[in-house]
Amino acid sequence: MKYAISLVIGMILGVTLFVLGLYYNPFVGNPSVSPLAVSDLDMVDLSYSLVASDSIAFTNNGESHVKPHPAKVLQLWEPTVDRTRGFVTVLTDSRGEPAGLGVKFSSDSEDTALLDGAVLVNSVWHIYLPGRGTFLVDQTENFWPYLRDIVIPARLSSGDNWRGSWYGIMSVGPGALGTARVTANTGPFIGSEAEAVESIAARAYSSNSGPVGMSGSLTIALPHLED
Amino acid sequence: MVAKRKRQDQGLIKTFNLGIVLGIVMAAMLAYFFPVVDQHRESSLISVHANGGNSESFHIRLPDDKIVAGVSGRQTSTPPGLEWPELDFLQNIQTELFKIRNENGVVVGAASRMSGKSEQHGSFVEWALHLPARGTMYVSMDPNPSPDGYREGTLRVGTREFLTLNGVVLERFIRDDIGQDSDGAGRIELAAALVGPAVDIE
Repeated sequence: MKYAISLVIGMILGVTLFVLGLYYNPFVGNPSVSPLAVSDLDMVDLSYSLVASDSIAFTNNGESHVKPHPAKVLQLWEPTVDRTRGFVTVLTDSRGEPAGLGVKFSSDSEDTALLDGAVLVNSVWHIYLPGRGTFLVDQTENFWPYLRDIVIPARLSSGDNWRGSWYGIMSVGPGALGTARVTANTGPFIGSEAEAVESIAARAYSSNSGPVGMSGSLTIALPHLED
Repeated sequence: MVAKRKRQDQGLIKTFNLGIVLGIVMAAMLAYFFPVVDQHRESSLISVHANGGNSESFHIRLPDDKIVAGVSGRQTSTPPGLEWPELDFLQNIQTELFKIRNENGVVVGAASRMSGKSEQHGSFVEWALHLPARGTMYVSMDPNPSPDGYREGTLRVGTREFLTLNGVVLERFIRDDIGQDSDGAGRIELAAALVGPAVDIE
């Protein structure tokens, strides 16, 4: 009996050590330098609020702590879409002026691998930018640094919230440098190859209502246009 | 007696250490083999043709599957309570989000449709069809429908399962004629005919 108890306590400790190892894995960092930082292409910086109530519309399966907005929006509760979020927002430029309209769909990815520190989400942006045209931005995002640094600390905190200053690059593919792929359908960029990177700047998060003070940024690198 | 006790203690410590190793190995195996995300899949209802292409159709029930519909200047938007931004550059631009269903009427994804007319880009109609377990199709439609009500489009780009495919997508709105108050009710049909890249046969 003593040996059985000893084995069980050892196994519990082993599992705990493994979980702590995953959480504090020093080999999984928080990428904060954009792979587009050294690009000589024309950069279009688009920002938006990640607070659901600031968006035009936000929907999910209705069971998440982040509530759909407006309240009567159709929810994605069917089994095939219950791990998908839909989001419509006005995109602003670097001066804070409205610069376009964006629709984002994001779904949890089956390539998620906790051992690799990869909590992956497949997402697409469907964007209209006046003067530049319409685009599809498809990417894989890694939310592990966001979960590790914001969501889990908020859950563990006695106040069920997190406050601080956090910045992270979310895009990890499909581009070789971890960039998103951009395809233009109308406007002057049809047929040209372009890349994008999405990032999040967080200041406050609540375990009860989700992002409280948080903004996203989508940087699209577009080729130079001939005059 | 003391030696026996010492042997027992050493045995306990060895068992404890073995438990730690077992715990780590079991947790690692669980993390490696147990799928954290397992997207629900509906069987793909695809017809395969002799040329290697395949066709598949989706539909949207209106108004049941409409998630969002916004256009500047319109008094009523979907859903109730939606505040569509009144911005100059959104004049004449319509944005809609839908749930999309397969041939059996089962919801398999979500889609956004943007359409409009701008001085800079002319008229456009386009779809982003997002199927969580399969990928996304970005479809560019001909803004002008054919006389029999079809609008033809091409797959501009696809992701994951649709990454290497090319083909056409037909869009058609079928009005629901049942009942007096069927204004706007009906279904949008999207029929995709896609083909993979040509493969050299030795």
